Amino acid sequence: MEHALNLFIRSIFADNMIFAYFLGMCSYLAVSKNVKTSAGLGVAVTFVLVVTLPINYLLQTQVLDPLNLGYLSFILFIAVIAAIVQLVEMIVEKYSPSLYASLGIFLPLIAVNCAIMGGSLFMQQRIGLPDADPKAITSLFDAFMYALGSGIGWFMAIVCLAGIREKMEYNDVPKPLQGLGITFIVVGLMALAFMCFSGLEI
Amino acid sequence: MLSQKTKDTLLGPLNTNNPVVVQILGICSALAVTVQLKPALVMGIAVTIIVAMSNVIVSLIRNTIPMRVRIIVQLVVVAALVTLVSEVLKAFAYDVAMQLSVYLGLIITNCILMGRLEAFAMTNKPWDSLLDGLGNGLGYALILVIVAFFRELLGAGQLLGFQVIPQGFYDFGYENNGMMLMPAMALILVGCVIWAHRAYNDKEAK
Repeated sequence: MEHALNLFIRSIFADNMIFAYFLGMCSYLAVSKNVKTSAGLGVAVTFVLVVTLPINYLLQTQVLDPLNLGYLSFILFIAVIAAIVQLVEMIVEKYSPSLYASLGIFLPLIAVNCAIMGGSLFMQQRIGLPDADPKAITSLFDAFMYALGSGIGWFMAIVCLAGIREKMEYNDVPKPLQGLGITFIVVGLMALAFMCFSGLEI
Repeated sequence: MLSQKTKDTLLGPLNTNNPVVVQILGICSALAVTVQLKPALVMGIAVTIIVAMSNVIVSLIRNTIPMRVRIIVQLVVVAALVTLVSEVLKAFAYDVAMQLSVYLGLIITNCILMGRLEAFAMTNKPWDSLLDGLGNGLGYALILVIVAFFRELLGAGQLLGFQVIPQGFYDFGYENNGMMLMPAMALILVGCVIWAHRAYNDKEAK
């Protein structure tokens, strides 16, 4: 239990998907223009992570490892992710058309969000670690907590950036630096701030 | 030798239509593998090969793919190629493959691939798609090499693992900038590359 909690906290702050590993950067930069849509995307990414990671954990430990099919993991993981995203899209469309309309194109694009695939691949690496390692993922519950933490970390990062960018609209930025240039530098500075969480232990 | 159009397809992505600094695709791996020059080079080559080959394959079968499931078909083609490349790297360059770790697998979700497949390979002939894939892969590799060059030089005083800043400098009190090896500086460096690129191209346009 303590181990899972540690994983959860670490994956939000110290191992933040955006600031420590740059995962999901493309949609992170493209969708962070206002707080409302970015929060929607953050929730969707968190949800897909929470569903796909435990499934991929079971696939890895129950199917791929015993059968020695490790080299198939890329294809299998991406197929699971694409299928889940398709499923989520259909469910959201049926039961909550308003949410579906507000997320629009970003929902299907979650399939190619590196944060989701990256989460699965990091988990695959962490399964092999010894139990005592604070980063190890040893049970289904660990995988769930890791996914939840990573998703919340991503959510927080995109909402923060969207908040800053909304304020930055009124600033006088040098012309060639406008738009993406300054956004990169802002994200860099945020990553610097997040570095103070590294080495966090509970 | 080449007609103007094919030349644009091949060389455009190197500068005016660069996938990283203009189209803002494939940022994740561009930032993560640039601590040293060697993994950056390997990553650039791997992505170039995979973009070119997946462009050709998808372009060949583009008329038989149903529109509704095209993303899954494209993903499977890319995933198969990435598996191939990663197995080859593990066999012949194990240490680099370990350094790239998950980012090798993440080529699957690299936006450059999906972006080029959707925007170009689905509507163009195989030969043009090959050139487009090569051009975009090389444009990506170019930015990787530039960023990795500065990070390794300033962060560790080395290039490709060889010491280039002479010991004499250190004796006079020069120190490596450890910040350059941190994730944060990669973001700021890419920001600066975009800045320089836009400033230069704006001047050209005038």
